[in-house]
Amino acid sequence: MKTVEPDLVPYDEAVAAYDVVMGIEVHVELSTASKMFCGCSTAFGAEPNTQTCPTCLGLPGSLPVLNQQAVESAIRIGLALGCDVAEWCRFARKNYFYPDMPKNFQTSQYDEPICFDGATTVEVEGREFVIPIERAHMEEDTGKSLHVGGATGRIHGADHSLVDYNRAGIPLIEIVTKPIEGTGALAPQVARAYVAHLRDLLRSLGVSDVRMEQGSLRADLNVSLRRAPEAPFGTRSETKNVNSLRSVERAVRYEISRHAGIIDAGMKVTQETRHWHEDTGITTAGRSKEQAEDYRYFPEPDLVPVAPERAWVEQLKAALPEPPAVRRPRLQAGWGFSDLEMRDVLNVGALDLIEQTVAAGTAPAAARKWWLTELARRANEQGVELDALPVTPAHVATVQSLVDAGELNDKLARQVFEGVLAGEGTPEQVVEKRGLKLVSDDGALTAAVEEALAANPDVVAKVRGGKHQAAGALVGAVMKATKGQADAARVRELLLERIGVDH
Amino acid sequence: MTDTTTDLVRLSATETAGVIARGEASAADVAKAHLDRIGAVDGAVHAFLHVDAEGALAAAREVDDKRARGEEQGPLAGVPLALKDVMAQRGVPTTCGSKMLEGWRPPYDSTVVTRLRAAGVVILGKTNMDEFAMGSSTEHSAYGATHNPWDLDRIPGGSGGGSAAAVAAYEAPLAIGTDTGGSIRQPAAVTGTVGVKPTYGGVSRYGLVAFSSSLDQAGPCSRTVLDAALLHEAIGGHDPRDSTSIDAPLPPVVAAAREGAQGRLDGVRVGVVRELSGEGYQPGVEQRFHEAVDLLRELGATVTEVSCPHFQYALSAYYLIAPSECSSNLARFDAMRYGLRVGDDGEHSAEEVMALTRAAGFGPEVKRRIMLGTYALSSGYYDAYYGSAQKVRTLISRDFAQAYEQVDVLVSPTTPTTAFPLGSKLEDPIAMYLNDLCTIPSNLAGGAAMSLPCGLSPDDGLPVGLQIMAPAMADDRLYRVGAAVETALADRWGGNLLTQAPELQEKA
Amino acid sequence: MSSITRDEVAHLARLARLQLPEDELEHYAGQLDAILHAVARVTEVAGEDVPPTSHPLPLVNVTRPDETHRSLTAEEALSGAPAAEDSRFRVPRILGEEA
Ligand SMILES: [Zn+2]
Repeated sequence: MKTVEPDLVPYDEAVAAYDVVMGIEVHVELSTASKMFCGCSTAFGAEPNTQTCPTCLGLPGSLPVLNQQAVESAIRIGLALGCDVAEWCRFARKNYFYPDMPKNFQTSQYDEPICFDGATTVEVEGREFVIPIERAHMEEDTGKSLHVGGATGRIHGADHSLVDYNRAGIPLIEIVTKPIEGTGALAPQVARAYVAHLRDLLRSLGVSDVRMEQGSLRADLNVSLRRAPEAPFGTRSETKNVNSLRSVERAVRYEISRHAGIIDAGMKVTQETRHWHEDTGITTAGRSKEQAEDYRYFPEPDLVPVAPERAWVEQLKAALPEPPAVRRPRLQAGWGFSDLEMRDVLNVGALDLIEQTVAAGTAPAAARKWWLTELARRANEQGVELDALPVTPAHVATVQSLVDAGELNDKLARQVFEGVLAGEGTPEQVVEKRGLKLVSDDGALTAAVEEALAANPDVVAKVRGGKHQAAGALVGAVMKATKGQADAARVRELLLERIGVDH
Repeated sequence: MTDTTTDLVRLSATETAGVIARGEASAADVAKAHLDRIGAVDGAVHAFLHVDAEGALAAAREVDDKRARGEEQGPLAGVPLALKDVMAQRGVPTTCGSKMLEGWRPPYDSTVVTRLRAAGVVILGKTNMDEFAMGSSTEHSAYGATHNPWDLDRIPGGSGGGSAAAVAAYEAPLAIGTDTGGSIRQPAAVTGTVGVKPTYGGVSRYGLVAFSSSLDQAGPCSRTVLDAALLHEAIGGHDPRDSTSIDAPLPPVVAAAREGAQGRLDGVRVGVVRELSGEGYQPGVEQRFHEAVDLLRELGATVTEVSCPHFQYALSAYYLIAPSECSSNLARFDAMRYGLRVGDDGEHSAEEVMALTRAAGFGPEVKRRIMLGTYALSSGYYDAYYGSAQKVRTLISRDFAQAYEQVDVLVSPTTPTTAFPLGSKLEDPIAMYLNDLCTIPSNLAGGAAMSLPCGLSPDDGLPVGLQIMAPAMADDRLYRVGAAVETALADRWGGNLLTQAPELQEKA
Repeated sequence: MSSITRDEVAHLARLARLQLPEDELEHYAGQLDAILHAVARVTEVAGEDVPPTSHPLPLVNVTRPDETHRSLTAEEALSGAPAAEDSRFRVPRILGEEA
C-alpha cells in the first residue's frame, strides 16, 4: 500500500517552525565470550549454525542460564550512565512470532530493568546537553535471515529465506533515553554526539566491540515535532537499526524535514517504524504501531530474579574508568592541544585512537596529524567511521617511528597507509612489498646525483655562483630519478658537496 | 512366556537390582523379559509410544559387562524404566504425544536421562501422555488413549497415564512422569501405583519439554515407596543447566523410606485438609481415605484437621497460570526449525505456514489452553486474570506455611473419584479439570507430594490414592509416612494392592 | 468479567498463530467462555495487598560463568529442520517485519 507523502520542508525552515523531541534506543552487543543464556560462542563471522545449542535454538526442553559477565557489564554500563541499579529485578518474555526468533518470545527485561534513571552529558558546538537516561536493560539478540529470490536481497519479493541462528542469544543491552528536549536545530548533531559518546563510553568500559558496521551497536531514533516546547509531544516515528554515526545525524535530519512537511500539509504523522536507507538518505515506512502486536509480557519463569548485592555494585562503581568529562581535559592538557584542535579530534572520533597511538610511543602532534588528515580523509572517502578503517593505532605508531628514523618521508608514509588500507598487510609488510624505503645510502644516491649534475650544467653553474636556492631543481631531478624514495635533505647535502659549496 | 520371565517382571525395582547384582539373572535377561511383556500386553494397554529394544538391550549389556568386570554399580543398575515421552532422549523419538513432534529426535539428552544412564537404569522406551502433558486421562494423546490395566475401558489418568499404566501392567518396575497439576499423582492414584511429585527445583527440568515452567516437575512412578525413593535419588539434585534447580543436598528420601517401612509413626503430626473433601468426592474414595487416616493414627501419628481456605481457588488459579505459560512455551512449535510443517507449497508465507501447521499439529485441548493463556496474558486482561492468579498462588503458599506450623505432613485423597470410563469427560473440559482439585495446590506452592494406593473403592472396585503433602525440601517426610502406610496395608492385604488387579490377557 | 465472543477468539487465534476454521471459532468461543467464567473467581480474593508469586521458590542470582561450551554441529542443529539449504534453516518467504 503506497501513500503519497507531502514534500519535505527544508531543514532550516523545519527547525525554525517546530520544536524537536527525540528519544534514542541503542542496542549494544556485549563482547562476552558466550551468549546471554547458553555457552555458545559469540565470535563474529563463524560458519552458519555452528554456534548454536538446544538453548539458543529454542529446542523443546532446553532452558536458559544467565551469563554472570553480562549482568556485570549491564550494571557497569548503567553506573557509567549515572543510573540506579535495581535491588531486585526479573526477566520477562516478550511474545511474538518471527522466524529468526527461536522460541517465538524474546527473553528481555520489561518493567523491571536492571538499571534506570540516569543522565549523561554530551557537547555539541561548545554547548552541553544533558541526555536523560530512562533505563538500561538486558535482552538477547535474534538470528539472521537471508532473503533469497528477491531482486535486492530484501525481504519483499523474496522467494524464501534462510536462517542462521549463530547470533540468536547474543547478549544485548538496550539503553533507552527519556525524551530529549531543547536541542533545537542541533538535534541531529546531539543525536550523533550521544551515540558517539555511548560508543566511547562502552569502549572505555571494555564491554563491547562497538562495531557499528557489524551491528554491534545500533540505534533506533524516535523523532517528533511540536509547535512549541510548551505543547504536548507530537506523534513520533521510530527509525530502526541505524548503524553509523553519520546515518544517525542524517536520519534525524531527514525525519525532521519529513514530519514538518506532513504537519505543514495539514496531515497527521503516523506512529510507525521507519527504515533508514543509507544509499538514498531517506526513510521509508515500516510497521504501523496501530497494528502493533500485543506482546503479552510476563515474568520469565525459567530464570530466577537478579538481586545484585549492594557491596558488589559499590565495588563495580569504584572501579569504573575515568568519565569522559574528566578524561578529555586531562588528555588535552597532557598532549598540549588547543581547544580547536581538541574539538576536531572529538568531531572525527579520534580521541581513543590518538590516545592509543601516543601510548604506542608516538608524539601527540604526529598522532593527531595522521588521524586527522590522511586517515580522516580516507575514512570520509569510504563513508566509514575512523575506527572502522583497517589502520590501527599500532600501525600509525610504526609508520611514524619509520619517519622519525628517516626511513620514510611523509609522502612514502601516505603510500604505506594506502597499502594497509588496501589490505596489503601491516606497515612493515607494505614497506617490504612495495619497496618503500627512503634511499639514504650514499652509494645508491651518488649515481643519481652525478647524473643530475651532468644533465644540468647551467643549474650547477648558478649554484656555484651563489644561488643556493637553485639547487632545488637538482634535488627535484634526483627525487624523480629515485621515484621519491630518496631522503631529500641528504640529496641536497650530496649535491652541494659535489658542486663544492658550503652547505 | 516362562515362569521365570513372569517372575522377573513382577519384581520391584529393589528386588530386580538385587537379582542382577547377585547374578541370578542378567540385566539383559531382565530387559528381554520386560520387552516380551510389553509385546504381550501393550497392544491392549497402549502405554508405550516407542519401544527402544535395541537401546535397552545395549544399556543392559553394559550393566552386565560392568558387573563382569567387578565394577561398583548403583542401587538401580540394570533396572528397566519407562520414560514419559516429554523427556528429551538423544536420538530417540520424543513426541510429547503430539503430531507436532512426530519423528523428532532430540540431538541432546535431558538431565534426567543423563542421570538415569549414569545409574545404569535401562530405558525401555517412551510412554504415552496427553498432548504436551495437558490432560487428566491420556485421551488427549495424538496417538490414541492408554487403557487402565485395572479396567481397559477406563482412563489410566493423565497426563502421565502411559507411565503409570506401564508400571501397573508390569511392563516396567519404574517410570518417569512429570507433574504440572497432578500428572504423576493422579495416574498413580487411579492405577494403584506410587507416584511422587518432588519439591519444585528438586529434579532438573533440563530436557523436560515445558508445559508450564513454574509448575512442571519430573518425578518417579513405581509400585513401591522404596522404589520411588531410589529413583528419586537417582534423578534428583542440583543441575547447573536449570536455573530453578535447588543448590542443596537432596533430602534423605531412601533412608526415610526404609525408616518408614519399620512401621511406626510416633511423633509424626498429620493434618487432614478440610477443604479437600465433601461435595464432588466419590463416597468410596472418601471411605478409603478415612480408613487411611485411621491407620495413620494406629501407627502412632497425631492427626488433626487443618484448614487451607484458599485451596478452593487453586483450580482456577492453575487454569490461568498453566495456560498462560503454555501459550508462550508452545510458541516455539512453528514449523521453522523442527517438527511438523504444513502448507509449505511456495505460495504460503512463513506466517501462514506457522498458523496452518499449528492448527494441524495441535489437538483441541492444546489449542484451548493456548488461546486461554493468550487471553489471560493479553493487554487489558493481564491484571484481572494472570495477575490475580499469581496472587492466589501467594495465598495458597501462605495456607501451606500456616498448616505446616502445626503439622509435618498434610493428607487428602489424591483424586475426587476413581478412574472414569474412557470418553466420558472428553467433551466437558471443566469436568475433566476437576480431577486435579487435590493435586494442584502443591504445584502452585512448589511443595512435595506423593500418591500411594490406599485400597479399592467399595463402590466400583477401583484403586483409590492417598495423597501426602510436605513442605518444599522435606520430600523425605513423604517417604517416611508413605512407607509406613504401605507396609501396614500390605500386611492387611497380604501384599501389594496391584496383586488384586485382574490379570491382563497376554498376546502369544 | 465480560463474555468472550467469536471475534475475540479469532483475535486470539491470530495472536497465537492458529489458523482456525469458522466452526471451530464458534466452538472454542463457547468453551473458553465457560472456562473463563469458572476461573474468574480468582479475582474475588486477589486483594491489592497480596503480592503476586511468579516463582514458587525464592531463589535469586543464579548465573553461570562466561565460558563457552561445545556447540552443536550445523548438521546436528539442522537435523530436525523441515527444510535446510546452505547450512541454514530454509523457511517460506517472510511477509511481516520484525518487531
Ligand atoms: Zn547456545
